[in-house]
Amino acid sequence: MKVLVTVKRVPDPEAKLKVDPEGKGIVTQGLKFVVNPFDEIAIEEGLKMKEKHKAEVVLVSIGKKDSTEQLRTGLAMGADRAILVLTDDGADSEVVARILTKVYEMEKPDIVLMGKQAVDDDMNQAGQLLAEYLGIPQATFASKVELSADLKSAKVTREIDGGMETLEIQLPAVITADLRLNTPRYASLPGIMKAKTKPFKEIPAAELGVQVKPKVKILKLEEPPKRKGGIKVETVQELVLKLKNEAKVL
Amino acid sequence: MDFTLTEEQKALQDTARKFAREVMAPVARKHDETGEQPVEVLEKAFELGFLTEGIPAEYGGSGLSRLDSIILTEELGAGCAGMTTSMMATTLGLTPVVIGGSDEQKKRFLTPLTEKRSLAAFCLTEPEAGSDPLGSTTTVKKVGNDYVINGIKRFISNGAVSELYTVFATVDKSKGAKGFCALAVPKGTPGLSAGKEEDKLGHRASNTTEVIFEDCKVSADHMLGKEGDGFKIAMATLDRTRPAVAALAVGLARAAMEAAIEYSKLRKQFGMPIGMFQAIQFMIADMGMQIEAARLLTCLSAWLIDQGLKNSLQSSYAKCFASDVAMKATTDAVQIFGGYGYTKEYPVEKYMRDAKLLQIYEGTNEIQRVVIARELLKGI
Repeated sequence: MKVLVTVKRVPDPEAKLKVDPEGKGIVTQGLKFVVNPFDEIAIEEGLKMKEKHKAEVVLVSIGKKDSTEQLRTGLAMGADRAILVLTDDGADSEVVARILTKVYEMEKPDIVLMGKQAVDDDMNQAGQLLAEYLGIPQATFASKVELSADLKSAKVTREIDGGMETLEIQLPAVITADLRLNTPRYASLPGIMKAKTKPFKEIPAAELGVQVKPKVKILKLEEPPKRKGGIKVETVQELVLKLKNEAKVL
Repeated sequence: MDFTLTEEQKALQDTARKFAREVMAPVARKHDETGEQPVEVLEKAFELGFLTEGIPAEYGGSGLSRLDSIILTEELGAGCAGMTTSMMATTLGLTPVVIGGSDEQKKRFLTPLTEKRSLAAFCLTEPEAGSDPLGSTTTVKKVGNDYVINGIKRFISNGAVSELYTVFATVDKSKGAKGFCALAVPKGTPGLSAGKEEDKLGHRASNTTEVIFEDCKVSADHMLGKEGDGFKIAMATLDRTRPAVAALAVGLARAAMEAAIEYSKLRKQFGMPIGMFQAIQFMIADMGMQIEAARLLTCLSAWLIDQGLKNSLQSSYAKCFASDVAMKATTDAVQIFGGYGYTKEYPVEKYMRDAKLLQIYEGTNEIQRVVIARELLKGI
């Protein structure tokens, strides 16, 4: 059995971010980068499948050479192999999906596990696009995944606005991970030492024969408005008026 | 001189930092108050390979270089000094076997420590022998094909909770260092027991007890090296593990500094954050430069070991300097927090209590200065 897991390099969600002087990006100097937390959950799910069903876990990342760091983290957690598709142009959801269709053709995994969205742009599209382009089933926002005994289908519980929904899907399929799917393991010391010896392939994106230049352009980035102080009101009537006319929640 | 961390060292630092933040720090206050063994933390530390960092890979350990181990220890020290002491003392406890044991002894004593969560204890200090180890009165006597150990050790980290005890005893006090021996004593050996637990000012998550040897009999193949090798093994062990103490101090000082910096930005008096006042700024500036200096000194002392070079002088520099830095940084952090810092609601009073021990154990800072001066004034 083979599981393909996506790994995106994103700024540390705990870091204090600042918009850069041009207003189109963030200041990256001194910024720490991590594995997208939802991708970490996807890696963990893949590792659970490795432990339970002897699946091979293959990681794939799209970006510059510095994404190597995040792939090594995944290898240190226990994944078997890593693929880095090199591109200097960044990638929007469309490019990611197109590139992944090619990686899918190369690897022919039984399951593609992805984080439901990346915490830098929060697009929540790549998984859905990929499944559509491959013509395979998708189960997004997964909070539970159970493989059938014959490993030909999966029961996936999804977190949706109304509550939870359980789907049964045929494999191969795309599954995107939500927060409650699992708690990712730490990279152990032996894992970190072994990571360097695991197979690591770099593929220039241009070699894949798909459109790799992103079409989505960031026009402007703004910081959210500074929080204003709270105000005290004298009467309930005043409160209701403020909630209706200013906060506009009534 | 390349000061950059390798990919593995960065990954090690990341995993340790996460562990300190997510596993150690949330329960540090609880274990400081109750003195209860942090079993869940140690179990996780074992799973991640932290507890076996001092055991070479060929015997089943994580086999970190000393430089790698101080990167690890600094991160753990920022999480909780007491828990880190338990882990570091384990490396201390098993290192006499690494240094003085035969290949067969390493397999017999070290490999079992890699198979399940295990701590170790270094039994040198006695009620009447601290800075003066040769003042030891613990004896070892050859009886047939066995050795019988008698004596009491005191202030032993992990004293009641270890799988392996390395103990230093003399066959003949009149011979001084030449009579000193090192032995490996596994838990459960008849005659080996733990005495009272110390009720300490800090490092309260770490179990510190008397270890009592009452006609404790082990077969001759428990002696590390030969009779008379004990002093050399003890000193070499301390040189090898001293950088980790310095690293713990650096981590502790850093945690105090980070807390003080954050507080200085938030706490307002006279209409502005207190970080705008020079008195506060100068304390923080001193923390920053002293911690950086302590870190570099610690790295040097560890690097020398990995290069196979003599490091006694540098490891004394590092331990003495870093622990003094930790004491100052943590004390200043309490000062910066003011009244709040004096309460248990904030983490800095624990940092200050934890820092004090670093100037005392693993060779007091007075002894470090004696050793340093002796080296520098050689030939006097």
